[in-house]
Formats: sequence, C-alpha cells, structure tokens
Amino acid sequence: MRDITSEKTTHPVLIFWIIAGWVGFCLLPWYGVEDFWHLEWFVNGWPVDTDYAPAVFLLVQREKLWLAPLLPALIAPLLVLRRRKTDPVFAKVLLAAGGFGFAWLTAQGLGIGIRGWNADWLQALFGPLGDRQYGMGYGALVAASAFLFLFTQGIAARGAINGDVFVTGAIGGVIAVVTIFVFFPIAKLMVAAFVTEEGSYSVLTFLGKFFDDRIWGLGCLTGTRCGVAWNSLFLAVLVGVLTTLLGLVFALVLTRSGFRFKTGLRALTVLPIITPPFVIGLAIILLFGLSGAATTWVADLIGVRPTRWVYGLPGILIAQVLAFTPIAFLVLIGVVEGVSPSMEEAAQTLRADRWQTFRTVSLPLMRPGLANAFLLGFIESMADFGNPLVLGGNYDVLSTEIFFAIVGAQYDQGRAAVLAIVLLGFTLAAFYVQRFWLGRKSYTTVTGKGDAGVHPEMPRGLAIPVYVVAGLWATFTVVIYGMILYGSVVQLWGVDNTLTFKHYLTAFSIRLEDGGIRWTGSAWDSFWTTMLIATVAAPLTAAVGLVTAYLLTRQDFAGKRSFEFGTMLSFAIPGTVIGVSYILAFNVPPIEITGTGLILVISFIFRNMPVGVRAGIASMSQLDRSLDESSLTLGANSWQTFRRVILPLLRPAILAALVYSFVRAMTAISAVIFLVSARYDMATSYIIGRVENNDYGLAIAYSTALIFVMLAAVGLLQLLVGRTKIGRRLAHEQGGA
Amino acid sequence: MRPIVVGVSLFTLSAGMAEAAGKLSLYCAAQEEWCQVMARGFEDATGIDVDMTRKSSGETFAQIKAEASNPKGDIWWGGTGDPHLQAAEEGLTEPYVSPMRAELHPWAISQAESAGDRTIGIYSGALGFGYNKDLLAANGLPEPKCWEDLTKPEFKGQIQIANPNSSGTAYTTLATMIQLFGEDGGFDYMKRLHANVNQYTKSGSAPIKAAGQGETTVGIVFMHDAVAQAVAGFPIVTVAPCEGTGYEIGSMSIIAGARNLEEAKQFYDWALTAEAQNLALEVNAFQVPSNKAAQTSDKAPDLATIKLIDYDFKKYGSSDERKRLLAKWDSDVSTLPQ
Repeated sequence: MRDITSEKTTHPVLIFWIIAGWVGFCLLPWYGVEDFWHLEWFVNGWPVDTDYAPAVFLLVQREKLWLAPLLPALIAPLLVLRRRKTDPVFAKVLLAAGGFGFAWLTAQGLGIGIRGWNADWLQALFGPLGDRQYGMGYGALVAASAFLFLFTQGIAARGAINGDVFVTGAIGGVIAVVTIFVFFPIAKLMVAAFVTEEGSYSVLTFLGKFFDDRIWGLGCLTGTRCGVAWNSLFLAVLVGVLTTLLGLVFALVLTRSGFRFKTGLRALTVLPIITPPFVIGLAIILLFGLSGAATTWVADLIGVRPTRWVYGLPGILIAQVLAFTPIAFLVLIGVVEGVSPSMEEAAQTLRADRWQTFRTVSLPLMRPGLANAFLLGFIESMADFGNPLVLGGNYDVLSTEIFFAIVGAQYDQGRAAVLAIVLLGFTLAAFYVQRFWLGRKSYTTVTGKGDAGVHPEMPRGLAIPVYVVAGLWATFTVVIYGMILYGSVVQLWGVDNTLTFKHYLTAFSIRLEDGGIRWTGSAWDSFWTTMLIATVAAPLTAAVGLVTAYLLTRQDFAGKRSFEFGTMLSFAIPGTVIGVSYILAFNVPPIEITGTGLILVISFIFRNMPVGVRAGIASMSQLDRSLDESSLTLGANSWQTFRRVILPLLRPAILAALVYSFVRAMTAISAVIFLVSARYDMATSYIIGRVENNDYGLAIAYSTALIFVMLAAVGLLQLLVGRTKIGRRLAHEQGGA
Repeated sequence: MRPIVVGVSLFTLSAGMAEAAGKLSLYCAAQEEWCQVMARGFEDATGIDVDMTRKSSGETFAQIKAEASNPKGDIWWGGTGDPHLQAAEEGLTEPYVSPMRAELHPWAISQAESAGDRTIGIYSGALGFGYNKDLLAANGLPEPKCWEDLTKPEFKGQIQIANPNSSGTAYTTLATMIQLFGEDGGFDYMKRLHANVNQYTKSGSAPIKAAGQGETTVGIVFMHDAVAQAVAGFPIVTVAPCEGTGYEIGSMSIIAGARNLEEAKQFYDWALTAEAQNLALEVNAFQVPSNKAAQTSDKAPDLATIKLIDYDFKKYGSSDERKRLLAKWDSDVSTLPQ
C-alpha cells in the first residue's frame, strides 16, 4: 500500500502549500496591518497602496525589490507537480525552493529594518539602502509557512522518517516556532549578560556578575544570609518533593479507594490552580501573619508575643505547595489511572498481598508520573514570582531578584540575564536528573491486547496516612478559600468587617439601556480581554504541546534531544525574563507584535506548552507502540493514527493541557505585566493595580469572580473532552457509585 | 465602476476626518484611579483619544528603554523623578519648554533645568514614616518623632523599609540620610537602623501597607502614602521626622521619537494646569501639586510645616553616584548581622 501512495503523481498537500505560498505573495498584505480583521485595508487602497499591498504589487511598483528572489522559489515547485515522489528531482527541487525561500525571507527580515540596514557590515558591503521596512504581516506569514512545509515535504520525499509528510511537517513546524518564540528572544536577552557598562562585550563582565557573593554566598551556615541561588534551590526541592507526595496522595484517594466525596475532593484540589496570584498570599498573611488569626490565637494560648514567623521560607513554602499541588495531581491522576490493572491482578494472582503489589508493581509503574510531577513542581517553584513577593520576607529568591534587577531602582539587565542563566542551569539540571532516574526502562502497560480488570484498593497501611494527609490538606484549603470569599464581602479586610456587596458592584455592575447592555463595572474591560485571550490560547497550547509529545515519544529523528530541550526551555525561564525578552525581540521588525493581543497569546502558548508536552509524554509512554503499528499496518497513515488511535486515549492529557493553559492565561502575571497594553489589559495586571492601591476588597472580589468563571470553564472543558474509556473501569465506577 | 470609486474615496475621506482629532499613548506611573481621571480628563478637554497603560515607575522605565528603537508610547506621566532623570541622561526623552512654566513652583522648574528640559515636576512628596497605633500600644512603645527614635533598641524588629537596590523610595531615604548627617554619619545611621529592621521589602510603599495590616509597627515611606493608608481606614499615624527630611519630585517626560508629538505636547501643557492638577483631589492622591494655583487636600502633609532639606537631585540622581552608594550599602550595611 505504501508503494502505491508514493507512486502517485497528485500530491494534495503539496498543491495546498503551493497555493498558500502564492496567496501569501500575491493576495494578502505583505507587511503588518493594524486591525487586520476589521478588513479596512481591503477597501482602503488595496492592492496598490504600499501600506497594504501584497508583495507582487510592491515589486510591480518597483518597491522593496529585495523581495524579488522569492519569486523563483515559488515557481520552482510548480515544475515538479507531475513528477513522482520517488523521483530524486522532486525532492531536490522542493528542498532547494523551500529552503531558499525560507532562508531568504528570514535573512531579508533580519537584515533590513526600520532604519535601513540593521548591521554596519551590511551597510559597508552594499552601501546605504535609502529604504526601509516594517514588521511582517499575514502575507509574509503565509508565504513563510508555505516555504517551510515545501522544505519538509522535500525532506520526506528523500525518505526521512519513512517518507512521512505529516511527521516531517510537524517536526519542522515545531522547530520553527520554538526557534522564533523561545530561542530568539532568550538569545537576545542572554547577549545582555556579556555587555559591559561601556556597551562592548566582555566575558570578564559576565564572570564578575556570575561569581557574585549575593548569588552563591554560603553565609547562612555561619549566621548571616545565603546567596539567592541556594535559597531558590532549597525551596524548589522542598516544593517539588511535597507537591509530588501530596499529588500522589490525592490521585490514590481518587482512583484506589472507596472514598465517598471524590468529586468534592477533586474540585478542591483544582481550586488553587485557578486562583489569581497574590490572593493566596494575602489570605495566608491574614491567617498566619503577625496580626493573623491563627498566630494571635496560638500566641495567646501559649502566652508568648506573636512573631513574624511566616515571612520567609515557611510562608513561601505553604503558599507554593498549596498552589502547585494541583499540577502534580493533574499529571499523576492520568498516570495512576493509566497503570493497567492487568499487571496488578497478575501480581495478586501470584500471591502478592496488596502492599507488595503496590510497592513492587504499581509504584514503579508510576515512576514517569512521579518524575514529571517533581520536575514541574521544581520548575514552577523556581519561576514563581507572586508568592515570594508577598511572603518572602528577607528570603530572596532568583525570580524576584530578576524582576527587581530589571524594574528596580538600578536598571541592570546584565545582572538579570546572569540570574536567569543560573535559574536556567538549575532547571536543566533537574531535567537531566529526572531522565537519568527514569533510565531506559519501559513503563508501557496499556497495550492493544484486551485490557481487563479494575484497580485494586490501596493497602490498609498506606490508606490510613493517605486519608489523614488528604483530610488535613482539604480542611486547610477550605479554610483559606473561606477566608478569601469572606474577604470579598467585607468593607475593609482585617479592619472593618461589616458585610457589603459594594466591591462586586464596583467591578461588575451592568446597566440596561436602549435595549442593550452597558458594561459599566470597572472590571469588564480587562475581564473580556482575558476571556478572549485565554479562549484563543488554550486550544493552540494543547495542540502544540500534544503534537510535540507525540513526536518525542513516537518518532525517532536526528537531534531529538535538543528538540526536547528546546520545547522545555520556555517553561524553565521565569515569566519576567520572557516578558522582557519578548519586548526586546518583538518590538522591532521583522516580527513586530508588541502592544497587540497576539503577543499575549503567543507568550501563553510557549510558556504553557511544556505542561501539555509533559502530560502527553507521561500518558503516551504508557501506550504500547503496537497500537500505532497495527494501525499503520492496516493502512492508516501517521496523521490518521494520531487522530483516531492515540488522541482518544490521550483525553486525560488533553484535558490537563487545555485546563492548565486556559487557567494559566487567566492567572499568570509575571510575563503579562510587561506585555499588556492599554487596549489589551489583563485581569491579573488589573488586580495587581488594585492591590498596590490598597483596594484589597475589589481585588479579592474580582479574584473570587474569576475563580467561579474558571470553575465553570473547567467543568465545561471536562464535558467537552470527555473521559478516556480504557477497559472496564468506567463500568465499574458506575456500578460502584 | 465610477460610483464605486467615488464611494470608496468618500469613505476614506470620512475615515481620515474621524482620525483628525488624533490619539495619544500615555504611559502612566501613578496609581490607577489617578491615571484614569487624567486620561479621561484630557479626552474631555481636547477630544484626543488616550490609550493609557499603567505600570510602576521602574517597569515603565524598563519598557521605554526596551522600546527605544521603536517607541510605542508618547508621554510618560507620573512616578518618582529619578527614573525620569535617568531617562533624560540616556536620551530616552525629548526636551520641551512648556509655556505653562510661569505658573509652577520653583522646585518643578529646577527639576527640568537639571535634566536639560527633558522632564518637569508635576507633584512632590516628602519622605517620612508612619506607624500602626494599635501595635505601638500593644508593644508598649513610645511615639517615634525623629529619625533617631527609630534606632532605639526597643524598636528592634519593628521597622520595615524597602531595599534601596529595588526601590526608589528607599534610595531617597539613603540619600536623605547622607545629606542630613554627612556620608559617614548617614551610613552609620543606616547601620543602626539595620539592627531594627524586620524586613527589607521590594516595593517602596509595601512597608506602610504592612503596617496598615498590622504586620509591622513602623514603615518608612513617603508621607502621602502613609496618609492614604490612614484615609483608607487603617490605624496609621503619619510622622514628619524632627531632624528634617528629603523629598521626591514626581515628573513627566515626552518620550523621544513619540509618534504623536503634537498631542504629547498638548497633554504636557494641559497636565501642568491647575484644573488638571486638581483632579488629584478626586482620587485621594495627597502629593503637593506643582502648579501654584492648584489646590492641596487638607489631609495632605503641609510641606510648609515640614523641615525639608535642600535635596540635590542632580548629584544623587546620577547613575554613577547611585551605583557607588548602593554598592557601599550592599557591602557595609546589608551584610551586618541583625
């Protein structure tokens, strides 16, 4: 069957991309147009007006002549349309045309900017240009995609990855976007680490900043303070271990116990992830701070002066464990559910008792989940910014230091870049330790062979401590959220406790007039923007993440390791650094998107994609390859296999990715604060403004409203995506309920 | 064919006329409400559309610097003067001499003169501290009246101030002490204060917010921030230190390469009028306005009764002096045991 497909002389995918290339070059405006979707450009002088003209009309008017070399690259693929895929000329022409087109497009974009030549040596080589160009628009975007996919089809035609057009295209696409939106901005920022005060470059400057005592000092062993690097590392390891343990506890209670209130517990574990920043911190201060309810109560009880014990490591630890346990839980629940009961049943048939089964079969099979959960907790803690800011006291960590190196009283981009490198070093080290620990073992248990059985319950010796921990944690979460809800309906939190709804009214009032609704509340603007951006970003994030996970677990290709590294990179870098590097990279042509909603969407996609990747990898490494193979043998291509076989089995991972990216788009702050603009203000930056202005009531009321909106959204997503139906488990649950 | 062409050109014409009123991209570094009333007030006064982005001074400066090669903002209004001076020093802002200058206090104009007309003072506020009267009573502490009182041993662990490395407010405090007590005396004071500090916060106004919530007894901040806490209902008492104190000058600058330069100048002139500066009263901003005719809130600290030092903005606002003092603070003060 394979042979027949490759002997065909019609290539629908090729035709599609050739047409796309021509559309981009001849019909769409080549350069960026403000408010593209209002289509005003269409009636305002298109296609002749040079602001809105497609590339071909520019060339006809003898403008932007450096775009001309793209024409032969568009014409060449037309010549091989009638040829066979196995014909060496077919592959060669596509490779040359796509490769040259893409390279030329990139080179001219980087080489020529708003002030003519971008580099002095170009000026020296070719003389003054006397012309300039702005940021690329949809025409350039579509043409660039066309060149890229022509190139990958060339690679496929040469026989790479069994000539699979979908897989080569996916690899090429992911590499291109990750390079543009992760490597490029980070590289721009990293260069700053080597810039001296005079503006030249020096390794000595870097070394001087790197081996600073404020980063690596070990003073805490002798009574003074330790460097920020050690503080961050210690905190992140603690948070990683604790969140993984707690996540596992909740996952076990939900899948392997007869616990009655599973839905309630599930909702409770999701709550912290959908809480806007600062709110948990504020609640913890009101509970455990110097004048906090719990602190004063205990102090009265044992007759001592209240202290500021919560500021520093204890406070950050409580807040982060509360905030990041849900992430560990979301990763682990998929994995714990995915361990096939057949294995456990086999162990029990061989006379292992429940405890032995759990320790020697279930737990080792959960290793990929445990490792991924730890990694996520570790990285999240490293990059977290809101909690250390509110609760850190004098316990400095890398993420806040980076933020204040950039926005603080001394604008020191070099120091920020050096601190970012340290942070990156830690997260990458964690990444490699995790891989080493997982080793080359196989964790596959769900295979194509019939999956029978139900999960056994936990052994009793494990069940009791698990129940106690889950119970305590659940109570604590309820108390914290009770306080938040209460805080949104009192006049002035902590001072004047009269009940009132005025905060909600200020934020969300509406007025009916002239048969329409007027959104008069102060929060509506940022609310609708946030909803829009979160709704656009979530499915894109999930898609990019899962396709990447599929490539990483299912396909072998050269450079896979660096590919994996690249996709994880953006997650390991705190949002602050992403925010600043995005401004540096995308405020100038060729890609000029600051001040738009697009830059927010893109920053969310690439910051949250790694969660989709990790969740996808964790789930996919449990699905036996024989499933794909049988699908392929039966004549499906890899795209069909991905869509019909793997995707349905990945529902927990899809849900995790969708929920996480939607929620993150609504609650993230550190990158956002640099990227919001007057027209695209986000809920979190609005809330921070309220907190800065002492308007705690409004901030908490807004946050509470957001929590309910996100709960509804998560419920809706769960309904839309549906559950995985593996084996008889669902039937059992329904029967058991 | 012809009617369509006419129709299209009419359409473009009307679109062009609608845009004639102009627009302005405002970077605002004061509090949200104040920024809002300034933006809306200017729209009402001129019909120019204002796109307003609110961020802290440091964030705004970082953004303007990052956008330098392709500026998106037109004017930067509000926030403490140091980053405005630094932006002027680096050529990120545009020189402009407003016809409104005759109506301003001398300190506002001297701010402009020290920056080559690239910035101007719009309000000022004096440094001081505030304390939580409930906590003061609970701890049995005497009322602090002077800077010196804060270094007494009974205030150990009761005082919060921002870290001068991250906050302009705390840097102003450091520079004030040096100008009050001389360089050696100033650093000696900071060392003695260090022994009583329970936390160096990142943001400048955080200490007084912590005091409001009962998380620290004393917070060293600008006095108008302390007054705002008291007005919001927190048990805060504002103190003007007896030895005298330094102050900040909130500033405004036009961003170099502004796309709407004419509108930016219009805003600049308007923001210096008494009417525009009176808007501060509507939003509980207790700074002292720079227009002599503008009104001051009766709750605001009266600058006439506060002993103000002759703060040298030029010297202490320069990058080199700032770097030197911060490095010295880092090595001599912050490393001491508490």
